[in-house]
Amino acid sequence: MTPRRALPRGEGIGAAYLPPVVFGVGALVAWQVLVVALGVPSFLLPAPSAIAEQVGAQLGVIMSTASVTGGNALIGLVAGFVIGVALALLAAWSRLFGELATPVVLAASAVPIVALAPVFTTMFGSTTEVPRQLVVTVVVVVPVFVSTARGLRQVQPVHADLMTALAASPWQASRFVRLPGAVPYIVTGLRLAAPAAVIASIVAEYFGGQQNGLGSRISSAAANTAYARAWAFVVASIVLGLLFHLAGLLLERLATRSRPA
Amino acid sequence: MTPAVELLAVDKVFPGPVQALDGIELTVGAGEFVSLIGPSGCGKSTLLRVVADLEQPTGGTVRVSGKPASQARLDQDYGIAFQQAGLLEWRTVAENVELPLQVHGVPKARRRERAAELLEMVGLTEFARSRPGELSGGMQQRVAIARALAPSPSLLLMDEPFGALDEMTRERMQAELLRITGETGAAVLFVTHSIPEAVVLSDRVVVMSPRPGRITEIVPGRRPGTGTELAPDDVEDVRESAAFFTAITDVREALRKGHE
Repeated sequence: MTPRRALPRGEGIGAAYLPPVVFGVGALVAWQVLVVALGVPSFLLPAPSAIAEQVGAQLGVIMSTASVTGGNALIGLVAGFVIGVALALLAAWSRLFGELATPVVLAASAVPIVALAPVFTTMFGSTTEVPRQLVVTVVVVVPVFVSTARGLRQVQPVHADLMTALAASPWQASRFVRLPGAVPYIVTGLRLAAPAAVIASIVAEYFGGQQNGLGSRISSAAANTAYARAWAFVVASIVLGLLFHLAGLLLERLATRSRPA
Repeated sequence: MTPAVELLAVDKVFPGPVQALDGIELTVGAGEFVSLIGPSGCGKSTLLRVVADLEQPTGGTVRVSGKPASQARLDQDYGIAFQQAGLLEWRTVAENVELPLQVHGVPKARRRERAAELLEMVGLTEFARSRPGELSGGMQQRVAIARALAPSPSLLLMDEPFGALDEMTRERMQAELLRITGETGAAVLFVTHSIPEAVVLSDRVVVMSPRPGRITEIVPGRRPGTGTELAPDDVEDVRESAAFFTAITDVREALRKGHE
């Protein structure tokens, strides 16, 4: 069984989550007090209360822009995941392909998304979400490919011998041993890629295109000196990123339960 | 009857070069239980892997059920159990037992039936739906034996299958194995480094010496109830008999001779 991190007995969940919550709330209060007491100008740092007010006022817009940004992140995440796993499978099956593709995929991780986004936007035009989804895809492919490839290499010698002894075909060996054995690595790749997908999706919006996402709202609000509004969209971005992170974590837990580490 | 295994002048040289096996001559009869014993590095595991077609001999002839080893492997003429149970931890116990049949395209209903049969034989019926991780080491090894027996092989190859178990579990597993092989009539080639284990299980104990791996002597074992009905109680009788201790002494002396 998977060893779970034990929570302190008796105090349960509260003991694990209470300190960070108290810390977070304390930080917000301190922020509010400092901004008001020192009279910090709002273009430097708006007070949490002003940001919260903007979140309330813009809730409808926040929801619709978050769904656009989140949708792009999700589409890119799924596409990047499928491509990453497929490339890793090909690399595991064909040594030649592995030697050709691995450096290219790893090089892709060095491509800054800020460099790609404007190029894609000009290539596909500014009335479509495709360039943004593509940026996310590129960002996601790398971690998924790397961890899947690692998982596919981790076949225990005893399992390899077993497959040979059973006269299993290469496809059967992949289906019965290699792929299921790699599942924990694959979902770890997905978990790492999920929050990065949101970041890529937001950043991609800074380079033109439709003004319908969180990223474009942040840049336009900031440009219009509506700092508290910009911060409200930043808060929404944080929440969106956390949602993707938690979803990835949940998937990982589901896929790796009842397995030894 | 065709012998289960025939080895004629089998050599195995690993690059280095290391002579792992040198001129091995051995025949395992149908239904016979033969143990390979010797110090670490004497090539006993290599010999088993050669029979299993997991290693290619560099010289000599290997025949399993009267066929070349590679054909016997493709035909599933042998089942194999390793020192590690090597179960697939994402499959249930029953699905692990079904694996060899699944690889060879046996229909699902027939697979289920056979797995249930085998799990009953190894006394794990109630764990059919458990995951291997929930089982003790001895239980996992029993699942591995059930898996090896799934295609009803005429030969069972076992590479120190009880090596990682504690002494009590080990003795119980030996009695289980004798009962199971008595029921199935399969020949067994069994690698071990335990002298009492080799003696109590085997019709013949093959003693090997290291560098190069050679057969130094073949000592008659004390497998209980050979040729007659097998009762698990016999094993305990054997363990306490004078003949058992004589055989142990014979094996020990043969091992020592090989070292000189």
